[in-house]
Amino acid sequence: MKRLFIFNLFYIILFTNFNIAYSISPDVFIQSTVNRASQILSENISKEEKINKLKIIAKETVDIRGIGFYSLGSARKNLDDEQKNTYSNLFEHYFLKSFSSRLAEYTNPEIEVKSKQILNNNYTIVNSILIATNERPEVKIDWRVYTKNQDNPLIRDLIIEGLSLARTQKEEFSSILNSNDGNINSLFIILEEFSKN
Amino acid sequence: MIRFLKIIFLFIFISSNALAGSDGDLVLSNKSKSTKDCFEPLNRATFALNQGLDKAILKPVAQGYRSLPAPIKKGTGNVLNNLSTLVTIPNNVLQGDIKLAVINTGRLVVNTTLGILGIFDPASEMGFPKYVKEDYGQTLGAWGVGPGCYLVLPVLGPSSIRDTAGMFVNVMGGDPYYNISVNGNNEFLDGELFAATKMLSGVEFRANNIESLDNLESNSVDFYASVKSLYTQDRENKIKNIQRGSIEVIYNQDGDWEEIDTK
Repeated sequence: MKRLFIFNLFYIILFTNFNIAYSISPDVFIQSTVNRASQILSENISKEEKINKLKIIAKETVDIRGIGFYSLGSARKNLDDEQKNTYSNLFEHYFLKSFSSRLAEYTNPEIEVKSKQILNNNYTIVNSILIATNERPEVKIDWRVYTKNQDNPLIRDLIIEGLSLARTQKEEFSSILNSNDGNINSLFIILEEFSKN
Repeated sequence: MIRFLKIIFLFIFISSNALAGSDGDLVLSNKSKSTKDCFEPLNRATFALNQGLDKAILKPVAQGYRSLPAPIKKGTGNVLNNLSTLVTIPNNVLQGDIKLAVINTGRLVVNTTLGILGIFDPASEMGFPKYVKEDYGQTLGAWGVGPGCYLVLPVLGPSSIRDTAGMFVNVMGGDPYYNISVNGNNEFLDGELFAATKMLSGVEFRANNIESLDNLESNSVDFYASVKSLYTQDRENKIKNIQRGSIEVIYNQDGDWEEIDTK
């Protein structure tokens, strides 16, 4: 009995330590991600090189596939597996290009993580501010972090001054689908063209 | 007194209309309502027209405005904010926020006198709370009137049936600055000055958002839909008096996110 107890205790300690060692707090995750991006943006390299490096960070830290399906709204339910794969690939290219081009316009943005609010087991909101410069005022940025896998948190949305980028994306795609009688191929063509240009 | 009665009549008319709304959108309830794009083809055409006007006139003027010395831009922004207080105060009252109406009245008095017609903002330095604009569209929203259909107005840009109705209240006596300058029969203010002030507000807004809008346009697959979405989100937040960056905005979207699980 005593041996069983020690054995169990050993496992409890082992797994507790394992979790402590590998899970990342969402606020630390966001601060470290923005620090990495900020460092790239302040480097004396070409815009093209900056974009490529930012894309690597985005692939590691953003749930691009999740954002893609969220952006599709209820239309995602009508897709077969092949269409889902096509869409995921197209969305990833579109997202990475759009996201990195937007970020590359900034030079050395300073983002300070202020607090975090746990919504539930799956989501934590990290509150941060983009520190004001002479050209622009302070900007509040909230990050929706997907924490289902605590060892590998992922960003699912940015809420800038109360405006959700994911919701904007979703409504943009919805408008395209509505204008084309819900034809998913029209969205595929638009995403493909955007990524090529 | 007649103007006041006109405003009350208009508000009752709009609210009643909301109750009897035929499109099912203009109903009174506490739930947030979606903004339908009932006039999309017309809205897209107007949006294209506005983009043309923006590229030809507004953006170049805004860029010029931006090159002005910082104190001039700051002073102009302060004057425009101070004038907007004249519309904010009655809306604070209509929304039942008497305390804020008193605070904003104090801000108006301090900034108009000590701040030399609002050029300076001593009220903020004296510790007045951060100024938040209110308009008649927001008041209608706070009363439970839904946005109705989305509208893109020529020159003025994104709006909704409700917010456009709110704008009409301004020229029906709801904006004291309009009343004094257009109908006031005085030698200092006139309709042209009122129009110039409104144009300056537009230029100031555009100047503050040159990069953001350029960035949004170049990275959107449907710029019209992006602007519509951002306008709608912004109005929802303002009507609910949700502070920017508030957690309430995030909770609004939670149901949709819970459905997504790629793992």
